[in-house]
Amino acid sequence: MIYEFLYNIIGSHIIASIISAVFPLMFLVPFALFAVYLERKVSGHMQDRLGPMRVGWHGWLQTVADIIKLVQKEDITASATDKKLFNFAPVLVFAGSYAAFAAIPFTSIYIGSNIDLGILYIVAVSSFVVAGILMAGWASNNKYSLLGAMRSAAQIISYEIPTVLVILSIIVISGTLNLMTLSEQQSSSIYNWMIFGGAVVGWKKFVLIPFLMIGFLVIYISSLAEVNRTPFDIPEAESELVSGYHTEYSGMKFAMFFLAEYANMFAVSAVVVALFLGGYQSPFGYIGNSIGLVWLIPFEQFFWFAAKGIFFVFVQMWLRWTLPRLRVDQLMVVCWKYLIPISFVNLVIIALIMVL
Amino acid sequence: MRDYFKNIFNALFTIFIGMKITFKHLFVPAVTIQYPEEKPNLPERTRNRLYVNMDDCIGCDQCARACPVNCITIETVKSVPPEDLGKTSNGKKKMLHVTQFDIDFAKCCYCQLCVFPCPTECIYMTDIYEFAEIRRDNLIYSFVTLTKEEIAEKKDNFTKFEAEKAAKAAKAKTAQAKNSEINK
Repeated sequence: MIYEFLYNIIGSHIIASIISAVFPLMFLVPFALFAVYLERKVSGHMQDRLGPMRVGWHGWLQTVADIIKLVQKEDITASATDKKLFNFAPVLVFAGSYAAFAAIPFTSIYIGSNIDLGILYIVAVSSFVVAGILMAGWASNNKYSLLGAMRSAAQIISYEIPTVLVILSIIVISGTLNLMTLSEQQSSSIYNWMIFGGAVVGWKKFVLIPFLMIGFLVIYISSLAEVNRTPFDIPEAESELVSGYHTEYSGMKFAMFFLAEYANMFAVSAVVVALFLGGYQSPFGYIGNSIGLVWLIPFEQFFWFAAKGIFFVFVQMWLRWTLPRLRVDQLMVVCWKYLIPISFVNLVIIALIMVL
Repeated sequence: MRDYFKNIFNALFTIFIGMKITFKHLFVPAVTIQYPEEKPNLPERTRNRLYVNMDDCIGCDQCARACPVNCITIETVKSVPPEDLGKTSNGKKKMLHVTQFDIDFAKCCYCQLCVFPCPTECIYMTDIYEFAEIRRDNLIYSFVTLTKEEIAEKKDNFTKFEAEKAAKAAKAKTAQAKNSEINK
């Protein structure tokens, strides 16, 4: 584990923790830059356009230029806002989404905090985002922002239920809440991935597969809603609410919201990957094993984890340009009439199979 | 209950169809072009900025009269006898010095009506469409090839010639009058 390694070198728990805590940020900031670029390229090409082409080769420096622009911008705070909440909200939103990375295993040797309640902690701490968004909407003192924030809160809280129900059914199978242990259970072969029944043996494995597929779809749909992505982007609906809770923000605070949004996108994808698709496990075995370089394995694992995560981020973008936005009532219908009953029945069936 | 599952199936099925279409479009070549570097191929008969080939212009004023917005201003001076202005490329004899040929592109409506009456086909549409200016005055294009001094000289020549001609005519008249008196 990297934390022990750092502790042995430095000899101080505090410094080792701080260094260890910065690792996800070192991944997240380049990821956010890359994801914004990817988003713009994907949306461009899906609409038969080219996307950014001017800054650097095929516009690859576009997001860097955008960030430089945002840093230079004047930090506007409208006079009618609630200053304290207004300034604190972006920090809280980002803190909420960053805190989720503490319990996500990036490789077999790196996890921010190897706590036994990992997945429960992620579900709980990512709710800070709701508080932050509601805070931003309320403090902006702008009716559109407030509407967006209220929609966002309603949506995230309702869609947490199917997410948690699906997570519960995974826990029923794996018997652990620790994502590290969960990832280790799915090692050695693609058929040990949770979507193919996990490490369960015998007939149960084959019976479980269809229900796990359903669970995977449900958690993916509800995770889309939790990060406010299309088709569930009513909180920031550009065409009706300007852009919801971050209408009044500019400069670095706006960048903070953006970073939090992309961090969140990766966080939910990472949770889905860790729960269903073997986490950091390679589907083909490791090059490091076959050529005898053991130190290469964690890097390969990190590569696979990032690749799977970015693939699901890509699917989120893909869906964004495929589906139109839902109405508020449709949104609630999808959640309460479809996802929750399905995930609940799914949980009961999976539990029954595991008991038998 | 049947509707419920049918809804779910329809929703998923149509989402996958939509995703297939968007995925296909990911690989369709872009229909946009990188404008200032690449330019669109204009159709053969596009109407853009006018150009006047002054070598062929005979100063007949037909284009100015055809113009519905009066954006063409032409002023001519007759040539004096010893001068030979030559011929246009399609064999018309040039009789006039064109001392002013201004087209105001701020007024021009690109209707191409001035192009058809021209007997020597010297006014025509080019393919230049990027000629924005900050000041409106800059949009008045002058096509005259003569310099100011030359114009002044031609005008002067013409007025002299006219004066001479008038003097001659007066002489002739008085001579005629005398003759007629004598005849009486």
